[in-house]
Amino acid sequence: MIELANAAYSYGGGDILTELNLRLAPGSFHFLTGPSGSGKTTLLRLCYMQLLPSAGNVRIFDTDVRAMSRDQVATTRRRIGIVHQDCQFLDHLSVAENIALPLNVSDRDANAEIDNMNELLSWVGLSGQANSLPPHLSGGERQRAALARAVIMSPDVIIADEPTGNVDWEMALRLLKLLVELNKMGKTILIATHDLNLIRNAKSQISARVLRIHNRRLQLAGADL
Amino acid sequence: MLRLLLAGDQNADRVVPPSGYTARLTTFTAGAMAFLAVFALALSLATGRLADRWSAELARTATVRISAPDGQMAAQSAAVLRVLETTPGITSARVLSDEEQRKLLEPWFGPDLPVETLPIPRLIEVIEDASGPDIDGLRLRLSAEAPGAVFDDHTRWRRPLVDAATRLRLLAGFSIALIAVSTGAMITLAANAALSANATVISVLRLVGARDTYIARAFVRRFTLRAFAGAAVGTLAALLGVALLPSAADEGAFLTGLGFRGWHWVLPLLIPPLAGIVAFWSTRMAAFRTLRGLT
Repeated sequence: MIELANAAYSYGGGDILTELNLRLAPGSFHFLTGPSGSGKTTLLRLCYMQLLPSAGNVRIFDTDVRAMSRDQVATTRRRIGIVHQDCQFLDHLSVAENIALPLNVSDRDANAEIDNMNELLSWVGLSGQANSLPPHLSGGERQRAALARAVIMSPDVIIADEPTGNVDWEMALRLLKLLVELNKMGKTILIATHDLNLIRNAKSQISARVLRIHNRRLQLAGADL
Repeated sequence: MLRLLLAGDQNADRVVPPSGYTARLTTFTAGAMAFLAVFALALSLATGRLADRWSAELARTATVRISAPDGQMAAQSAAVLRVLETTPGITSARVLSDEEQRKLLEPWFGPDLPVETLPIPRLIEVIEDASGPDIDGLRLRLSAEAPGAVFDDHTRWRRPLVDAATRLRLLAGFSIALIAVSTGAMITLAANAALSANATVISVLRLVGARDTYIARAFVRRFTLRAFAGAAVGTLAALLGVALLPSAADEGAFLTGLGFRGWHWVLPLLIPPLAGIVAFWSTRMAAFRTLRGLT
């Protein structure tokens, strides 16, 4: 689904990431760890085409990202659900409208999918907040809304960047449970996190690979996790 | 495209938050520019009419002025008329009456000027045909038959007047073009401000899979309709102003002739759609330029 072959990313003349080799198989669950500033977010951005590799290849759904037109990038992103640590909502739209945004931009009628929307809101526990504005949500509610927005198009891959960074442990476990459920439905999951407890908890539930960025390179994490 | 623009996309329109000053700036700019454009158009059309009229009225007329002692005036007038009647290229010639000469002098000397007692030159109005006379030959014959006669074909003062009117018309046309370009520039600035203010919105839309055309459409439609509405108000206000100008006097004085005649009243109605088109392309180019800078 997503494949990096000897990919590298440089900025301002210096290598940020180098010799990246990664293959996200369908239905796999990957964690990405590493200290702050190690390049986790950069790697994720390479995976959803917000950055282009300065060397090597990144292939997404069997297409080289450099060969994609801007429209292709847009349509490919509809197959990738993205959850950011800061969620990035449109504050003037309600929670339901924000969640339905991917449907609207792909010219699908959100009203025709109202049942799916209600089911999704219920799944993430936000049925009561559908008409609220994002600034009125708590940190955990925002993350769940962001997850709902990421999955509303039923994407093949879900990429989450520190999804539990701003929530307490109880909420982190709740979010993890949702992501595990999605993985059990066949979705490919890639989560960047520095929370090792979260990774240990996940590994007790599912088979997950843990990758670590060390010295600008991607490694398989050791058994200490 | 026009159907999409008019019908709109409620969802696409909603994703961009209602903006404050850029909306008002666009509407006001379009209104003010349309107001100015209507007056520039009126000026252009009025000077065009003036140039045409002066050209038409003066092109085929000439005057013979006879300055002679009282005893010779009648004889020289008759001699001039004879010469003119036998000159090819001249349709008719007649001596202006005292009353007509009094009217010509009235703007300078007032009414009741006793022209018959004053040593005023006698004027003969000459109407030429399309080919016109041989001016040099005619002048030679006149000087031989009537030494006090001077032939004036009006070219000396007609040409600068027509040239001035034509240049004024060009200036008015240039002003309209300048107004259109300025409108485009100001709407581009306003669109860029709106795009910058909504950088987060655009970034989110790209991340959830929006195509550039979808994002641009939300901004383009908004700016196009604002420019159209502003220009419509500006045009109507200016048309009202033009309609309230004093009507043209019989003498056709230039300032009182500023306005629209007949089907020319339709031309200002093209300004709002043109402002919309300018806004459409300005915003579209600004939006795509901004979007190309984003991944």
